[in-house]
Amino acid sequence: MAADESYPDDLRYHPEHDWVRVEGDTATLGITWYAQDALGEIVHYEPPEAGSSVAKDESYGEVESVKAVSEVVAPLSGEVVEVNAKVVEEPETINDDPYGEGWLIRIRLSDPTEVDSLLDPDAYRKLTAEQ
Amino acid sequence: MQTLRRTPLFERHAALGARLVPFAGWEMPVQYSGIANEHRAVRTAAGVFDVSHMGELRIASAGARDYLQARLSNDLDRIDVGQAQYTVLTNERGGIVDDLIVYRLGPEDYLLVVNAANTDADHATLSEADDASDHWAYLAVQGPEALERLGLEVEPFSVREEVEVLGVRCLVAGTGYTGERGCELGCAPDDAVALWDAILVEGVEPCGLGARDTLRLEVCYPLHGNDITPDRTPIEAGLGWACALEKDFTGVEVLRRQKEEGTAQKLIAFSMEDPGIPRAGMAIAEGGEVTSGTLSPMLEVGIGLGYVPAALAEVGTEITLDLRGRPRRARIVRKPFYQREES
Repeated sequence: MAADESYPDDLRYHPEHDWVRVEGDTATLGITWYAQDALGEIVHYEPPEAGSSVAKDESYGEVESVKAVSEVVAPLSGEVVEVNAKVVEEPETINDDPYGEGWLIRIRLSDPTEVDSLLDPDAYRKLTAEQ
Repeated sequence: MQTLRRTPLFERHAALGARLVPFAGWEMPVQYSGIANEHRAVRTAAGVFDVSHMGELRIASAGARDYLQARLSNDLDRIDVGQAQYTVLTNERGGIVDDLIVYRLGPEDYLLVVNAANTDADHATLSEADDASDHWAYLAVQGPEALERLGLEVEPFSVREEVEVLGVRCLVAGTGYTGERGCELGCAPDDAVALWDAILVEGVEPCGLGARDTLRLEVCYPLHGNDITPDRTPIEAGLGWACALEKDFTGVEVLRRQKEEGTAQKLIAFSMEDPGIPRAGMAIAEGGEVTSGTLSPMLEVGIGLGYVPAALAEVGTEITLDLRGRPRRARIVRKPFYQREES
């Protein structure tokens, strides 16, 4: 069952349609409702390896629908500490619950100040409205 | 900027919330509720596709049979009035200008239903024919329950004109491109909305080009522009069954030679052994490339078609695809990937 459109207040957003939930020096990453809606039913998630590094604004993985491939962009830099195995097994979890069970990776932040450059929900919502 | 053409059902698609995309110069629905859902509806019940973008060429004059027999690969004499045939329009190199369905409506009256993107090229090659595309709206109703929902009995590869379907006068053909039972309905553009609405009332799922592509790929029907092109011949593409090499038609000598001597590459079907979804254009390490790929909604595995060196084109052979820099294993399998149960 696809989720309803939402952009939770406790998250920060990257213009490439990715979200981050910062908790101390770690962060959880995923793709936004807008991104999963644009892709349609997600059928494959190609994750990075635990222990690898991700860099802000750069691709760290791919999500695929039946028709299309989309790179997933890191909103923040850090080291991958966990990959969501449930989403690897059941990629449609991203459609069902993009901000909850559909998270993609957790990282240990290398530069927590990077978060200041991200968008709040209102700014992100405005950006999606223009697209 | 090129203006996209719209079918008579455009407003209906928009109202249903379809995702509309440019396709072959037309603004077409790629999906409504979702590709996998629409795909399963066609495999298990019934779905309807707006294929009004497809081209129609008509040739109805004395000599029509001889004219087409000299230009189309299949033997036209194998169909009587009221029958349809899959055939290939070839160029002098034996390459595939288009693949199409020819309907024999009268002894010297043929209707050709062709790929939208190729209508102009086909018309240039078959200049004696009239481009009747603007006179036709075209719907494909496909699936094990399709005919029952329409209250029709239609034999595979039959064609009848002037049949009333749910109150609309149609040409009814036992054809389609999904591997399921069903039919294709041609009607006047002005009647298209009434026909579409009546079909949806019967509980038939509206389906977009996305599902049409995954359905045809599961049954290994080639897509022109991807799997077959003017630079590929029917022999390489495994369409020799649709080529009557004993008759003369454009490029036949090339095809005869290829049949005799073999081709450098062959179109094969493969299934992923490793995770990942193959896509058109991906390189195959052993040689050749992927021409179509998707995740099969029925088999839930990555499937594709591609050309490989003929020596490797054996069922069971393992090949390695370059999935955006990652080597991933796949295996050549027997066509088709999916076969409906005979009822």
